[in-house]
Amino acid sequence: MEVGLGQYLTVAAILFVIGVFGIFMNRKNIITILMSVELILLAVNINFVAFSAFLDDLAGQVFALFVLTVAAAEAAIGLAILVVFFRNRGSIAVDDVNTMKG
Amino acid sequence: MVSDMLSSSLWIVGPELILAVGAMVLLMIGVFKGEKSAQLVTSLAVALLIIALLWLVFIAPQGVAFGGSILSDSFASFMKVLVLIGSAAAVVMSAGYAESERFNRFEFPVLIVLSTLGMMVMVSAGDLITLYLGLELQSLAIYVLAAINRDSVRSTEAGLKYFVLGALSSGMLLYGASMVYGFTGQIELTAIAASLAEGERSLGLIVGLVFVLAGLAFKISAVPFHMWTPDVYEGAPTPITALLAGAPKVAAMALIVRFAMEGFQPVAIDWQQVIVFISIASMAFGAFAAIGQKSIKRLMAYSSIGHMGYALVGLAAANVEGVRGVALYMAIYLATTLGTFAVILSMRREDGPVDQIEDLSGLSRTNPVMATFLTIMMLSLAGLPPLAGFFAKYFVFMAAVESGLFALAVIGVLASVVALYYYLRIVKLMWFDDQAKPFLPAPIELRVVLWVAGLFVFPVYLFVGGPVFAAASAAAQSFF
Repeated sequence: MEVGLGQYLTVAAILFVIGVFGIFMNRKNIITILMSVELILLAVNINFVAFSAFLDDLAGQVFALFVLTVAAAEAAIGLAILVVFFRNRGSIAVDDVNTMKG
Repeated sequence: MVSDMLSSSLWIVGPELILAVGAMVLLMIGVFKGEKSAQLVTSLAVALLIIALLWLVFIAPQGVAFGGSILSDSFASFMKVLVLIGSAAAVVMSAGYAESERFNRFEFPVLIVLSTLGMMVMVSAGDLITLYLGLELQSLAIYVLAAINRDSVRSTEAGLKYFVLGALSSGMLLYGASMVYGFTGQIELTAIAASLAEGERSLGLIVGLVFVLAGLAFKISAVPFHMWTPDVYEGAPTPITALLAGAPKVAAMALIVRFAMEGFQPVAIDWQQVIVFISIASMAFGAFAAIGQKSIKRLMAYSSIGHMGYALVGLAAANVEGVRGVALYMAIYLATTLGTFAVILSMRREDGPVDQIEDLSGLSRTNPVMATFLTIMMLSLAGLPPLAGFFAKYFVFMAAVESGLFALAVIGVLASVVALYYYLRIVKLMWFDDQAKPFLPAPIELRVVLWVAGLFVFPVYLFVGGPVFAAASAAAQSFF
């Protein structure tokens, strides 16, 4: 069986849904949320590269490179904020992010 | 030939270059002079934002730069002016507060400048890559700013919540962008519009469109993507809340308008229903959820959710009057919000800043000037004539009526009647209730912002609002 665009898009969609569920269903640990965010961004990258190859157009691959760069910056900032939060609260459990109830 | 194109592109992005280079210079000054430099860097940051504003208004040419990646038209200029004013006012208002709360580090103004640069890129984004990069530059700087008071649980928690939900929203936006790219084969907004105009629309494209709109709705805190707003507004240091409520909202709203009108005008019928839904939900939620609030920062959060709903009424109309309405709405919303936050920042007693609505009780006797201005702001937010807020609402509702969205306009008017209740509650508290302990005298920079914003809302806009209206009309013409 030949692997076509549909298969790539399906894998990306599954990864994206796992990422979104990881953010909302997870009640334990904020690190898991950061990993879910990375999962979402990688799903998007698979989409971009697959479309780019299928359309024979380079813009999608350029976009994927930018997404990788920004994802690195985003992870760095997320971990930094997590560290200052941990210093104040002494915990990184999702249930402890509750000083303000919105 | 190539160098000609490059230099003309560089002239067009002049204000952005000023901010980018300036931010790096400020960072160097901060590093070499150490922690004592906070005051100097803050003043230089304000100067930098004002130079960029003057350059934008008087020198920078309009046009298309970098092969369509940057679109600098009169809509972009109008929104950029608002963004720069909002950021500069936030830096000015932060000076005294940062010192008394002991987070006066030099990174603080530098981050605001970088975030402003991101907003300006967002406003003139011409393709999906610049759209995403501008949005991320703006958001990443603001995540850090929300958590800048790093010894406070609330500030770091606000930063963390904003980061998690913001990262999710940019993930959704990107997923949508990848679908749009895949089903049109284009990343430039004008090219997307051209390919939509000739081809039929596929399901994948509509999925992409909805995902991008959902990601952008997060950034303007429209219902159903508003859940971060009250907590972040309450937890973040107040000058940052003042920034958050103003400039980024303007930039994100400009981005939604640009994305919908420039890239997806041929399928307006598809996104109109989404915008109408978001708009009604935001107006209704903003009106009802703010009623029971005790903290004025949370109240302003719910109020801003409602106001984004009103502004979206103009976009839902999808005509030239509607875009003009959005531009005008954001200008007046920005002025009113800055004035209100100048008052909130002045709410300070000997033992520190306070943010409960009860603390304003009897303000008319202890500080009649501030009470008068806050009354003007509240009534303008409620949309009472002859204040500026009335004209803002009038033009968006008229645009909705002209494009046949009668139900939307009626719901908007009803929601603003409900919202009037909680604005009037503050007015009543200030003028008729028992006197609370007086506040410390407000620092000069807050009084300047309060006077300028207050006089603009009433009576300056009423008598000499013509140029603002003309600029908003010219801005709206960019898309037609």
